[in-house]
Amino acid sequence: MAEENKTLIRVVNLKKDFGSNHVLRGINYEIHKGEKIVLVGPSGCGKSTFLRCMNMLEVPTSGEVWLDDVQVNGPKTDINKIRQRMGMVFQHFNLFHNLTIMDNITLAPVKLGLMKEEEAKEKALMLLRRVNLEDKADAYPHSLSGGMQQRIAIVRSLEMNPEVMLFDEPTSALDPEMVGEVLDVMTELAEEGMTMVVVTHEMAFAKKVANRVLFIDEGIIQEENEPEEFFAHPKNERLQDFLSKVL
Amino acid sequence: MDSLGTQFYKAFIKSGRWQLYLKGLGSTLEVTLFAALLGLLLGTVACLFNMQRSRRGKRTVGSVIAYVYIDIIRGTPTMIQLLIMWNVILATSKNKVLVASLAFGINSGAYVAEIIRGGIQSVDAGQMEAGRSLGLSRMQTMQFVILPQAFKNCFPSLLNEVITLLKETSIAGVVGLSELTHASDQVSSATYQYLMPLLGAAALYFAVVKLLSFLFGLLEKKLRESDLR
Repeated sequence: MAEENKTLIRVVNLKKDFGSNHVLRGINYEIHKGEKIVLVGPSGCGKSTFLRCMNMLEVPTSGEVWLDDVQVNGPKTDINKIRQRMGMVFQHFNLFHNLTIMDNITLAPVKLGLMKEEEAKEKALMLLRRVNLEDKADAYPHSLSGGMQQRIAIVRSLEMNPEVMLFDEPTSALDPEMVGEVLDVMTELAEEGMTMVVVTHEMAFAKKVANRVLFIDEGIIQEENEPEEFFAHPKNERLQDFLSKVL
Repeated sequence: MDSLGTQFYKAFIKSGRWQLYLKGLGSTLEVTLFAALLGLLLGTVACLFNMQRSRRGKRTVGSVIAYVYIDIIRGTPTMIQLLIMWNVILATSKNKVLVASLAFGINSGAYVAEIIRGGIQSVDAGQMEAGRSLGLSRMQTMQFVILPQAFKNCFPSLLNEVITLLKETSIAGVVGLSELTHASDQVSSATYQYLMPLLGAAALYFAVVKLLSFLFGLLEKKLRESDLR
């Protein structure tokens, strides 16, 4: 169990301003290997910004983000190397429009010299099979439904063998009937032990999959608990209000 | 006044004058091709530098150079740029095609740079984020993801630029290059008639533009394969 409890991501007094808008006002948190963390909160509360600061898609104004023993926002850190270890799934999938599904998945590992093309393709097919989309390898993203595109976006991240996966509202842009197929893939991933940080409005998913649920509002973590307690006995007034609206 | 038939005969057939037009057209195409390729290359490079910013959001040295290049070239007449190239920068060169290709290519590059900038900005920002989130560098993502989409987006504008370029080479006569317009001018001088030589040159320009549009159309269709839904 020692390995399981190892701290993977450590966030220290993280602050982020957009001009005069203080979106994150000092976040402290530790994420351990294998944990599934779900971030919830009202829109504009900073939960997506928090997530995006973890892989420097947003550059923190101050504070520290650590992955293992490397400071992600350190001045000498090669951020590209860090990002290879952190997968990210976006609300709008962001599959590369100009490439086929296969090329979407193999582009990064091949161009970064992590895998030979053959090897990358083989792995991609294996992963595509897992999400039942191996017949779409030669299709272009535009020809696929949102649910399919998002499953492929997850596969594209997995191809890199990430140590942690960041999900930024992965089902918010989907038609309702497609939400389930994406959540199923994520649930499966969680069961396999992947470390996951998920921003979502799917409370059922949070209840079922999360180890810890964080409520973020006004740029700080207002409440943090294991899911049962978090949803059944919220202490923070804002959280009570929030849950009464979304549940 | 000669009859139209006689005019036609004098303008195109007598003394094998049609060959003048074809030779002129050859030079026009040669200069256009070299200039278009140079323009595309220069334009892409200038565009990437022009858009470059330091970590603090300031222009880099390369960015300033690219910006000044685009600014000056777009702000001065092509004719003057051509004359400067011919009489000053390459005053020792007698190769008119080279001089014209360079002058028009450098000129075109400034416009292409802005066309491509528009193309890049029309690509969804999420594409760059996705590339970066996988560990690809900014340049790698540009090369494999953004630029291919940007080129496709600005294809109609690039065709426009090539067409403009083709017709703009008609001023290369001022440095003595026997391109198409210059050829028709020579025939006019020899026959004292303008209608037929000018119509002939115009028809040839028009035919080339139609052909270019057709070829670009085919290419665009090929590029749009990934858009099929």
